Amino acid sequence: MSDSFDPLDPRLRVGTWVSDAFDWFTDTLQPVLDFVDTVLDGAYSGVADALSAPPFLVMVALFAALGWAVRSWKFAVFTVLGFYLIAAMDKWDAAMQTLALVLVAAFIGTVIAVPLGIWAARSPTVSNLLRPVLDFMQTMPAMVYLIPTLGAFGIGVVPGMISTIVFAMPPGVRFTELAIRQVDTEVVEAGQAFGSSPMRILRQIQLPLALPTIMAGINQVIMLSLSMVVLAAMVGAAGLGLDVVAGLQSLNVARGVEAGLAVVVLAIYLDRVVSALADRAPVVRASRVRA
Amino acid sequence: MTAVRAEGLFKVFGRGADDAVQRLRDGASRADVVAQGATPAVIDASFEVQPGEIFVVMGLSGSGKSTLIRMLNGLWEPTAGHVYVDGVDISGIDAGELRRVRQQKISMVFQHFALLPHRTVAENAAYALDIQGVPKDERRAKAAEALELVGLRGWEDRYPAQLSGGMKQRVGLARALTAGSDIMLMDEAFSALDPLIRREMQDQLLELQASLGKTVVFITHDLNEAMRLGDRIAVMRDGRIVQVGTAEEVLRDPANDYVAQFVADVDRTRVLTASSVMVPAQLEVNASAGPRVALHGMRDKQLSAAFVVTRDRKLRGVVRDDDVVAAVNRGDTTLEQIVDSGVASVHADTVLAELFAPSAESVLPLAVVGDDDRLLGVIPRVTLLTAMASLAEAQPDLEVAR
Repeated sequence: MSDSFDPLDPRLRVGTWVSDAFDWFTDTLQPVLDFVDTVLDGAYSGVADALSAPPFLVMVALFAALGWAVRSWKFAVFTVLGFYLIAAMDKWDAAMQTLALVLVAAFIGTVIAVPLGIWAARSPTVSNLLRPVLDFMQTMPAMVYLIPTLGAFGIGVVPGMISTIVFAMPPGVRFTELAIRQVDTEVVEAGQAFGSSPMRILRQIQLPLALPTIMAGINQVIMLSLSMVVLAAMVGAAGLGLDVVAGLQSLNVARGVEAGLAVVVLAIYLDRVVSALADRAPVVRASRVRA
Repeated sequence: MTAVRAEGLFKVFGRGADDAVQRLRDGASRADVVAQGATPAVIDASFEVQPGEIFVVMGLSGSGKSTLIRMLNGLWEPTAGHVYVDGVDISGIDAGELRRVRQQKISMVFQHFALLPHRTVAENAAYALDIQGVPKDERRAKAAEALELVGLRGWEDRYPAQLSGGMKQRVGLARALTAGSDIMLMDEAFSALDPLIRREMQDQLLELQASLGKTVVFITHDLNEAMRLGDRIAVMRDGRIVQVGTAEEVLRDPANDYVAQFVADVDRTRVLTASSVMVPAQLEVNASAGPRVALHGMRDKQLSAAFVVTRDRKLRGVVRDDDVVAAVNRGDTTLEQIVDSGVASVHADTVLAELFAPSAESVLPLAVVGDDDRLLGVIPRVTLLTAMASLAEAQPDLEVAR
């Protein structure tokens, strides 16, 4: 920093200060950062290895079976065709890496988002505090998150994953808060009137009744995570995003389109599976039965 | 000992609630307080409910009766005043003790039933026992007992979505009964039901109360319901209780002009509605059913005509015996060709005075329909005449137009 500040020739070295502060931050918190790095990297590698290990036909069969179980044989047929197409385009390994990234990021995002949403629904103060934070997380260009995370964790899958979690989490919080608030007040009052405790009302009334809307929020988290795979690839995450980035750099239309198609197949598959799970919520099933 | 006692209860929403209470106590009017930004929902309510009594709180919407009942079990905390349940002041106790009072002493039935949609009828009926930690087998047995009492035996494993409104409220009633508490709060419990079902439910409540001796605090905006059910009636207006007394006393000796107006015309044909005198139709035939079905029903009930309704119970018209016989002979498969849509029908809210002309012109009973054209009941001429005759004796057992 300069010793004297000349108002006629202003020079503020904001960048230097921030980076000094950041250096201090990374030095001091190094053990914590190492821990986060290890956990996220480990979770990602574990899931990615598990998805890539079996022959692709076995995995296609598993995906189709899941699709059939939660939805229909028609959806199972789509699944076979879609995933076979991915393999035929030679994008299988990249697709499994992307799927692993999305699953881990969406899982962590959900685990953070749902309790936050519940907390916000129960406390107007928390709700008011969270709202601008969520706005910030969602509107800040996602690429900006890459810079500090890249500095803290270095090239690899972790900075992309953290950026993905930050960017994809807000709808999970919002949907959960909305879902809990929308539960019929009279039913909640019934719980209170018969002497139920707040935790019990949450568990037996609010969460089951809110579940379909919460699932819609989780679906949003997954879809937003998928939309981040290209960005994650820019800082070193493997997967379909890498093909898109490479296609862009070399103006290789074929490579970009194939990777893009694979992302679409993954998106449709995940969306349909999650919304089918939402339809299996007890409250939805109970409202469908007819006399 | 009194079952429930309210002592100087206030509930004021908005800014400066405590200040508003003080001003109201000093004699400020509700309008004064509202002008300063606070909204008093209940003002200085005091009353006692005796064990085994049905205590009705009656008032129009916005009069504060729903707020009042929610303070009786602590769902809402009073801004000032005390509530004693079975001698215990619930205004000052901690959350855990309040939950115990609710579990053991006081249960509630809600206007829109408030059942848990993802649980079966039996599980809903046993909800209070679940909270009390009663073992599953015992819960099931007690739920079955209560469901039997309200006439829902055999419906244990259905879900609320499979029940009609009346049946849902029976489950709500069974849930309150299994709780085993002596006091039941009923918040407009029958207001969401069709008029005929509502009367049935009122009868059932009276029967249950006669055999079980529960203490009931019943909220309603319906004067007829209040008269029918209440051992004593509290009339509320703009947050204040303006009169407490038996139905007789309220009718004969109204405390002020408001109550007088409320009950003045209770025995006049200008305020009684078609829905209060109607009876169920003897025979309704589905429009998609064939003439043989209609003929069979008419022979069975010895009728010369039948009302035809659509699948969702909208009134289509009537068919007459000679047309039906002709249709059977022609081999028709539906009633569409012979149904006469020129049937005399009146809206459920039509006052009796306007029923005489159509009734005189029509050989058939008048059809009574609701807002959505659904057939709710019928009024044969003899029923109308009987109602008139009983009006002369000033029987208040009839529904008042709102």
